[in-house]
Amino acid sequence: MIEAMAVLFGLGGALGGGLGLAAYYLRVEGNPIAEEIEGLLPGTNCGQCGYLGCSAAAEGLAKGEIGVAMCPPGGKTLASQLADKLGVEADLSGMKDKGPVTAFIFEDLCTGCTKCLKRCPTDAIVGASRQMHGVVDDACTGCEVCEEVCPTGAITMRPVTDTLMTWHWPKPDTGLAA
Amino acid sequence: MKMFRIKGGIHPDERKDLAAGKAIETVPLPSLLRIPLQQHIGAPAVTVVEKGDEVKKGQVLASARGPVSAAIHAPTSGRISAIGRFVAPHPSGLPGQTITMRPDGKDEWGELPAPIEDPFAVEPDVIAERVAASGIVGMGGATFPSAVKLGLRNRNKLETLVINAAECEPYLTCDDRMMRERSEAVIDGIRILRHALGVERAIIAIEGNKPEALAALKAVCSANQFKDVLIARVPTRYPMGSEKHLVQTLTGKETPARALTADIGVVVHNVATCYAIREAVRFGRPLISRIVTVSGGAMKRTGNFEVPIGTPISHLIDHCDGFNKEPDRLLLGGPMMGQPIASTRTSIVKGSNGVLALCPDETPARQTMPCIRCASCVSACPCGLTPFEMAGHIRKEELDAAVKIGLLDCIACGSCAWVCPASIPLVQYFNYAKGKLTAQQRAKHKQEETKRLTQFREERMERQKRAKQEAMARMKAEREAKKKAEAEKKRAKQETIGA
Repeated sequence: MIEAMAVLFGLGGALGGGLGLAAYYLRVEGNPIAEEIEGLLPGTNCGQCGYLGCSAAAEGLAKGEIGVAMCPPGGKTLASQLADKLGVEADLSGMKDKGPVTAFIFEDLCTGCTKCLKRCPTDAIVGASRQMHGVVDDACTGCEVCEEVCPTGAITMRPVTDTLMTWHWPKPDTGLAA
Repeated sequence: MKMFRIKGGIHPDERKDLAAGKAIETVPLPSLLRIPLQQHIGAPAVTVVEKGDEVKKGQVLASARGPVSAAIHAPTSGRISAIGRFVAPHPSGLPGQTITMRPDGKDEWGELPAPIEDPFAVEPDVIAERVAASGIVGMGGATFPSAVKLGLRNRNKLETLVINAAECEPYLTCDDRMMRERSEAVIDGIRILRHALGVERAIIAIEGNKPEALAALKAVCSANQFKDVLIARVPTRYPMGSEKHLVQTLTGKETPARALTADIGVVVHNVATCYAIREAVRFGRPLISRIVTVSGGAMKRTGNFEVPIGTPISHLIDHCDGFNKEPDRLLLGGPMMGQPIASTRTSIVKGSNGVLALCPDETPARQTMPCIRCASCVSACPCGLTPFEMAGHIRKEELDAAVKIGLLDCIACGSCAWVCPASIPLVQYFNYAKGKLTAQQRAKHKQEETKRLTQFREERMERQKRAKQEAMARMKAEREAKKKAEAEKKRAKQETIGA
C-alpha cells in the first residue's frame, strides 16, 4: 500500500510540477485572440474607439473591456464579425451605423493648411501647402480624423452612394415572416 | 446528329409569332444618340474625342482599356454635343459616362480599316485583332468582348465552335430574322470565326421552333457544299441558349462548375456576333448597329429593327407608333432574363436584343405565398440546384450557407421562379445574394488595401524620424569637429607665438 501511495504521490508531484514549469516557461505572451481580432479591425489607428490604435483596441476587445459595437468605420458588418469571433451575443439593433462614409473637402473653405493630410492614416488626402486638398475616395476609410483637425470646418463625411459598379438588387420584400 | 438531354428547363409560352413574321426594318436616325461607355463586361472604354468634335461614321469614339474591354465607334456622322453622366441602360437607373452625339444626317463613313480580302488565308491573330479593333462583343446579351474569346485558342485545346442560335427567350426573334434574311452572310461569318479559332467544325444550334431559319441556313450550306458547318436542330426548351447547357446538349459533356466551356474544348458564340465579325473582317465596319426585336402585347406595332447603337428607347417605341395600352412592364431583353427599363430615355446598346412592353395579362401579378417545399423549382432548375433551400438561407442572411449549396453555379435563368406555385421571387433573392457577396468582397479588399497604406505610412514616418535623428547627430558631430579644429588651430597659433 505504501508503494502504491508513493507511486501516485510521485506521479502527481512530477506531473503537477511539470505543468507548473510549463506554465512558467512556455507561457503565451499576450492574448492569442487579440491578434486575430486585430486582423479584422480596419488598422487605420484612428482612435475613435478611445484606444490608442487598432492593436490596443484588439487587446481591449479580447479582455472584454469594450463591446463589439465600438468601431465606427467598421460599422455593423465588423461588429457582427467580432461577435462571431468572440462568441458573444451582440444586440446590434441599437448600434447606429451610418453606413460607409468618405471624407469630402469643400473646396472654397479649404485654406491648404496641410493639417489633415499630415494626420490621414491612409494617405488618402492629397495636396500641398496653400494648395487645395482633395480626397482619394478609394483610400479613405471614413475615420473622421481629418474632420476633427480641420481649422475651417471644410471637411465633412458623406455617405458612399451606389454607382453602376457597386449597385446590386435589393433583398425582395415579400411581406412574409421569415 | 445525336442529342443529349439536359436536366430541368421549362416551356414558357413562346409568343414569337408577334414579331417573327416581320422583316428587318431600318429605323430613321434619332435627333440625338446617347452612347454609354460601358456596353460590355469589363472596364469601361476611354473617350478619345472631345466635346464639339465632328466625327464620321465608324470613327473610334472611345478605345478599350485593359485586356477585357471593347472600343466604341460612332454609329453615324455628326457632332459630339456632350460627354458626361447620363442615366444608363441598367435596372438601377443610375448615371454612367455617356457620349451624346447629334447626327448631321449625312451618314458619311469615315476612314475604315482595309477589308481582309481572303480571311481564310490570313493568320487567326489578324482576325482577332480586327475583331478587337471593331469593338465586337457577345450580342446574345452577355456582352463579353469577342476578341478575348478568340484568344482562348492560345490557352485551351479547342475542338468545336458552337454557334448559339437557340434564341430560347420567348418573344425575341432578332436572330431568327437575321438567319432567314442574311443567311449567306451569317454562314460566311461562322466560317471566318471557325478559321479564326483554328477548329475543324462549327455546329449551329437552332431551336426547333425556327424551321425557316434552319432551312435557309441549310440551303446555303448545301448550295456551297460547306463541309465544316453542321446545323443542329435542338429541342425547344428554355434555357437551351445558356452556353453550358447548349454544349451539353450537343456534345454530352458537362462544363465543370465555375469553369469555361473552353476547358472542355468548346467555344460558343452568338449568331449575331458572327454577322458582326463578318462585317468587320470583310468590310472593315465596326459594330455600330444591331437588330432589336420590339414586341409585347402593349405595343401598337411589333417588329425587328436594325438600330444604331445609342438610339434612345423612346425613339424606337415612337417609331412603332407607341403603346396601345399602358404597359405593365417595360423590359430590355427577353421576358425571362431581361432587365426592367428604368427610363425610356436610355439607349439601345450592343447587348440589347429586345424591347418588350408587356401588358398585365402577360405578366400576371400574383401574391407571394410561403414556400411549401413542393420542390417544383428543384425539378425545373437546369443546373441541378435546390432554389427553395438557397432562398431560405438568403432570407435569413446566411449567404455562406447558400454558396455552399451552389449559389455561384446559378445562371439566374428564372426557371425556378417561373414554376414556383407560391410566386416567390427566387431569382431576386439570388441576384441580391450575389451582389451582396461581391460588395462584401470589395469591402474586404478595400480594408486590406487601406491597411497596406497605413503600414506604408507608418514605415515612412519611421524612416523620416530616423533620417531626422541621423541628420541631427551628423550636424552635432560636424559642430564638434569644427570646434575641435578651431581649438587645435588656436593652440597651434599660441604655440607658434610661444615659440
